[in-house]
Amino acid sequence: MVDASPRQRSTPWLLSLPSLLLFVGLLAVPMALTAVLSFHVFEGMRGIQTAFTLSNYIEVLTDGYYYELFLRTGLMSLGVTVICILVGVPETLILAKMRPALQGTFFVVILGPLLISVVVRTLGWQILLGRQGPVNSALLSLGIVEEPVRFLYSMVGVVIVLTHVLLPFMIVAIWSALQKLDGQVAHAARSLGAGPITTFWRVVLPQLMPGILSGAIIVFTLAASAFATPAIIGGRRVKVVTTAIYDEFLTSLNWPLGAAIAIMLLIAIVAVVLGSNRLVERRFKQVFS
Amino acid sequence: MSTMSLRGLSKTFGNFQAVNNLDLNVEGGEFLSLLGPSGCGKTTTLQMVAGFVPPTSGTVLVEGEDVTHVVPEKRDMGIVFQSYALFPHMTIAQNVGFGLEMRKMKRQALKERVDEALAMVRLSGLEDRYPNQLSGGQRQRVAIARVLAIRPRVLLLDEPMSNLDAKLRGDMHVELRALQRRLGITTILVTHDQVEAMTMSDRIAVMTGGKIAELGTPQQVYDKPVSEFAYRFLGQTNEITGEITSNDAGSAKVQVGSISLPVKVSESHQGTSIKLFVRPERLRIGAADGSAVKGKILTRLFLGGIWFYDIDSDIGPLRISAPNLGMSPAEEGETVGIEWNSGDMQVATSELANG
Repeated sequence: MVDASPRQRSTPWLLSLPSLLLFVGLLAVPMALTAVLSFHVFEGMRGIQTAFTLSNYIEVLTDGYYYELFLRTGLMSLGVTVICILVGVPETLILAKMRPALQGTFFVVILGPLLISVVVRTLGWQILLGRQGPVNSALLSLGIVEEPVRFLYSMVGVVIVLTHVLLPFMIVAIWSALQKLDGQVAHAARSLGAGPITTFWRVVLPQLMPGILSGAIIVFTLAASAFATPAIIGGRRVKVVTTAIYDEFLTSLNWPLGAAIAIMLLIAIVAVVLGSNRLVERRFKQVFS
Repeated sequence: MSTMSLRGLSKTFGNFQAVNNLDLNVEGGEFLSLLGPSGCGKTTTLQMVAGFVPPTSGTVLVEGEDVTHVVPEKRDMGIVFQSYALFPHMTIAQNVGFGLEMRKMKRQALKERVDEALAMVRLSGLEDRYPNQLSGGQRQRVAIARVLAIRPRVLLLDEPMSNLDAKLRGDMHVELRALQRRLGITTILVTHDQVEAMTMSDRIAVMTGGKIAELGTPQQVYDKPVSEFAYRFLGQTNEITGEITSNDAGSAKVQVGSISLPVKVSESHQGTSIKLFVRPERLRIGAADGSAVKGKILTRLFLGGIWFYDIDSDIGPLRISAPNLGMSPAEEGETVGIEWNSGDMQVATSELANG
């Protein structure tokens, strides 16, 4: 378009207006309000005051309790991400080798967790992982453990359940990277003298890195901001940042402090994501372009 | 200079017989092409030779050694793939050195070998680039250098030129052929491009239906093929159906319409119906009077170097090609005489032919 009239130039903006409004109204505004709230003063007797203060942030940054909270959340998310990679890569490779008809079926199976409401799914896991639940009964009768494992209200349980629900994101991301992989590349490596294992490590895996990275970012972010699973499976014993925010808002009614923790969580996640992105992209830059 | 033999090689996928009891001997240092349309089994054959597909039956021998059940990484064969299959996350030097690294070669020797291989394909100086920074032609040279670096016993080329544009492809044919001659490396090329097969090969195996229909030098398979398939698949041909009226020790008379043609056939030729083949360039346009066979020019096509005439003749529709020698060509609508040398009207003799 050489000579676009003003009307034509505004068309893209008009067309994207509905989604822009939705984005601003449902995401940008609440975020901004939360950010503003986090600088407000909270007094036990008088509630929230509109005065400006940094005390909420100072409290979070100086109290060891919060460090522990963030560290626990970070390790939990990292654990879930690592397990998703370890399970997701082989699972995707197996899926790719299946006949097309089976592939479709197993895709539904893999995406299954996303089709079920979070509450139903989590309560289901609670039954499965209970002291007398099927998992413990099986472990006991097989003689693998002497007494029931405590899955519920433990980090192990939370990580298992989060891995289950977040694995589909990892698999879909690796799948799309795998589709871009030239099928002859592995043959080329084999014919040049590399065994199957070397071929995987040196040739296939590096080319899957873009998929693994984007999958890891999604999984880590969703794990760090997950609420229902840690709340129901972890309960009071496994407190993470999201459940702490919930408690500040609804139990202590200290909204400004809750908002400050929420903002800190956001910053922490963005920092981790950007940092790892930078690191991996530099290491594997040729695969990304 | 490794010799190679395929003995009774077969591959069945479900009900589909991709390769059917194939026998082939490749001489040391020979350049042999497997030429055929898609689905003829040429690629499956190559994959069995490379070790990517296990044969249903039969053996693959390299220098007399049975490698049928040897894993690909132990076969010491270099393969250039259609997609080049370069490793995008490695530099050109790392790509070319990969096979040597797998052979645990010392760093200094490895570097020398990589430099030598890149020099052979005239890519010196691009060692630190990545594949996606190169042009299609350069990538192909890297793929060639990568296999030459390991000095393989056998070189396998799987439609290596099909992603290049026509001009570059022509140049690569000549260059790759020269390189192969100089190194004396036994080579099998899989292609559906007959020009490619003819320019580069010592011998061509024309394949169809999982079998070799024709095996010989490019000139043999083009000029004197035994199978009808090769007549039709290679270049262009005119097909004339007639009746044998007499067969005197191989010198037969064939009746086509109102014309009786003298044709050389085998003494044992059975039946009376016969198919004759003649290439367009073996037919000549002459004066109408005095010629036994006459025809009317329906269409005339100009291709620069040659003229094509489609002619409605006494012996059926014919296509004739004539070199453009600057003289004024015969006109459309003109009635002309059609001539040929007696040996150019040929008969397919092979059993496999009628496929």
